[in-house]
Amino acid sequence: MTLTVSNLTVHHGAICAVNQVSLTVPAGKLAAIIGSNGAGKTTLLRTLSGLKHPTQGEISWNGENIVGTKPEMLVRRGISHVGEGKSVVPELTVKENLELGAIWRRNNQESKESIENVVSIFPRLGERINQRSDTLSGGERQMLAIGRAIMSKPQLLLLDEPSLGLAPLVVEQIFQTIRDLTNSMNLTVLLVEQNAMGALKIADLGIVLNLGSVAVAGSASALIDDPAVRSAYLGY
Amino acid sequence: MDFLNTLLIGITAGSIYSLMAISMVLVWRSTRVVNFAQAGMALLSTYFGFEAVTKLGSFWIALPVAMLGGALVAALVEMILIRLLVKHSSSGPIAGVAPIIATLGLLGVIRASASMIWGGQDVRIVGPVSNDGFTINGTTLVFSPLKLLILVTVLVLMLILSLVFQKTNIGLALRASAYSPEIARLSGIKVDWVRTLGWALAGAAGAVAGMFQTVNGNGTLSPDSIEFSLLLVSGFIAAVIGGLDSLIGAVIGGLVLGLMISFVLMYISSGLFFIAPFVILLLVLFIRPQGIFGAKAARRA
Amino acid sequence: MHKKQSRDLLLFILGGVVLYFLSGMVDELRVYQGASIAVYVIAISSIILLTGYSGQVSLGHGALMAVGAYAAAVARIELQAPIILCFVIAVLAAAIGGALLGAAAARLSGPYLAGTTLALAIGLPSLANQFSVLGGEQGLLFDVGFPPLSLGEEFTQYKWFFWIAALAALISMWAVKNILSSRYGRTWRAIRGNEVAAQLSGINIARSKILAFTISAGIAGLAGALLSMTIGTVSPSAFPLALSFSLLTGAVLSGITTLGGAMIGAVVLVAIPEVADAVANRIGSSERVTTNLPGFLVSALLILTVLFVPNGPVEQHRARKAKKKNYLS
Ligand SMILES: Nc1ncnc2c1ncn2[C@@H]1O[C@H](COP(=O)(O)OP(=O)(O)OP(=O)(O)O)[C@@H](O)[C@H]1O
Ligand SMILES: [Mg+2]
Repeated sequence: MTLTVSNLTVHHGAICAVNQVSLTVPAGKLAAIIGSNGAGKTTLLRTLSGLKHPTQGEISWNGENIVGTKPEMLVRRGISHVGEGKSVVPELTVKENLELGAIWRRNNQESKESIENVVSIFPRLGERINQRSDTLSGGERQMLAIGRAIMSKPQLLLLDEPSLGLAPLVVEQIFQTIRDLTNSMNLTVLLVEQNAMGALKIADLGIVLNLGSVAVAGSASALIDDPAVRSAYLGY
Repeated sequence: MDFLNTLLIGITAGSIYSLMAISMVLVWRSTRVVNFAQAGMALLSTYFGFEAVTKLGSFWIALPVAMLGGALVAALVEMILIRLLVKHSSSGPIAGVAPIIATLGLLGVIRASASMIWGGQDVRIVGPVSNDGFTINGTTLVFSPLKLLILVTVLVLMLILSLVFQKTNIGLALRASAYSPEIARLSGIKVDWVRTLGWALAGAAGAVAGMFQTVNGNGTLSPDSIEFSLLLVSGFIAAVIGGLDSLIGAVIGGLVLGLMISFVLMYISSGLFFIAPFVILLLVLFIRPQGIFGAKAARRA
Repeated sequence: MHKKQSRDLLLFILGGVVLYFLSGMVDELRVYQGASIAVYVIAISSIILLTGYSGQVSLGHGALMAVGAYAAAVARIELQAPIILCFVIAVLAAAIGGALLGAAAARLSGPYLAGTTLALAIGLPSLANQFSVLGGEQGLLFDVGFPPLSLGEEFTQYKWFFWIAALAALISMWAVKNILSSRYGRTWRAIRGNEVAAQLSGINIARSKILAFTISAGIAGLAGALLSMTIGTVSPSAFPLALSFSLLTGAVLSGITTLGGAMIGAVVLVAIPEVADAVANRIGSSERVTTNLPGFLVSALLILTVLFVPNGPVEQHRARKAKKKNYLS
């Protein structure tokens, strides 16, 4: 289950947000994508999950080109996307949000088991299961968003800034959970982060995006040690 | 006695407006379009119902036929008109008014077509039970077995609808697609189809409203009848009173409107038939612009 | 700027002269239709000002036209006012109605506004039945009188209608054009483009929206009075919901932001019944079809235009030309 992106270019009207990006994430690996605001990280993820159409290039997942496949079909092929900024439906309860993640399976029994699984990972969600999700705290909402994504039993998880707006302690927790999930569910993960240090620490691979292009790519530990990356993104 | 009569008439008429408002809300929630053709579609479905009544002889068979016809028409409208609209006219100065204009055009097309096909005939639908009022202690009410039946049927339909929305996966898909289409798609919901489904449900609800509005009136059906103009206006107003986004709001909006109209006509003047809903609408918009159940931001949509 | 304005004025006057000679050469029916076109041009320009420029929708302009028409007729009957004064009163009365409606409208947007004005269009004309001074279902007579004798023996009544309507159309087009290129026009466009940004740059949104509604309503009132002049009476049935729809169709056909296109919409609106007649005769259909075909065509045209030429034929052509030019260079 390898994800291979080759020469991907994506435009927003005249703006070129992603420019000739190529990258590979081997099965079971966690790749962190870092880069400054407007580097094209969100655009890249949205293209991978089918929400945005690329102007050029190929995305190969599991050996097949998935460019042009609709997001609702990509979920069925194991790709789950957690959008930027707590991607939950505020009008629905916690339980309904979770059910949403498995709705396409049309198997209520399986859905129930998956909810139990999610609740065992995030016990806080269990305590608030019948609450409307707009009454949750930011951290809880992020847990719910991730919970919804893993409800569909994905093989590729796309996470867009899960640490956004969370307290440092909660950030650490979330990162640890992501790492654990990667191992226990044998996921391939693409983690977009502003918190570059935190992300690289748990990641296997690191990719630095700059102005829509890949600036540096390599093993995460190598990136942490790279002086250029350190000064530009890690701030020391 | 007058008071009781007015109350019961108001509730019956209001329940029909509620159905109409529900269909407006269903459409609004699925495609963010206020469908001004909703009453026109209800009219067309009622004609289907009329054909079924004349051919098959039973109101209770005609009702589902009308509902099915209404659902089909609505689904087709969504798949053809609304999808084209989104594709062609979602930018530029026309974008804000394009859906309004298109659905108005549809209303005109449906009205004219119905007039061409059925216009000359004396089209009549006989209700399943008598519309002669109940007699209690020697005084005859306006409230009749038919009105009771309408009320009960509408309540049952609403109950079914709310169960579908709250308890089933289809209901969850409908709600998720309405509130956050993107998250719905990322969850594997085929949002395009859910939208069509929302329109179809709306079409079916409108068909029931049309059938009942006709038998609750004098039983005759005509594209230019007062009944249908009233349905057009009241459905919209009831939906706005409720806040456009809320199904419960639509139900309450319809009842409130039905009662208010009924009391105005009874105690002020029966000539205010058309202007009363308008005044009520203005009052609501001034006092609480977002409707009774609407979120603050909704009105700007 | 000043030069351009006087050039425009000259163009309008030239147009008037051409129309004058034209009206001498065609038969009575065409003259009557010419008058109708002039009336529609005025009404459509009021919609273009409101919807195309200030971004507000009104489905109630038929009702505002009715206000103008009734005001003119009442002034004529009760006060024996001279005809010019009747038209002025029509404009003022409709403008007041428009200001009231605009005050409500400024709080609303999009579908809410459309629905509110729709309810008005359905409700208001029926209100006329409530007041005996407005003549109930029969309505009132509205007689502008015979053409002055100085115009000659041959000068027919219809030609007189045409003259009045065409002059009114020229004047109001000129006025609208100037309003749109003034400060107000720019303000409206700014609001339509981005309400929040306009507000931040210090524009009083509510006031300028109400102003747009008021001016648009005044123009619609004039059109209403002229319409009833050509019919000879004012009654609720002269201002049906279909009229409001027709105006919207006319405006969309013209191009909702193209004032110069108002003529296109007006001609189409007047031509449709005739086309429908011809079609119905050709296929030899029943009366039911014949009477409903115009309504069908207007609505179908409305849908097709919104779907396929959403910005109107003039804009479409202009955009295509611009594209070609870009492509070549
Ligand atoms: N919907 C859009 N329309 C136009 N331009 C867009 C749109 N979305 C993004 N862009 C532009 O594309 C570029 C990349 O944006 P993107 O959101 O992918 O960046 P990002 O790396 O996710 O930034 P951040 O860290 O701030 O979230 C930016 O220049 C942005 O302005
Ligand atoms: Mg981003």
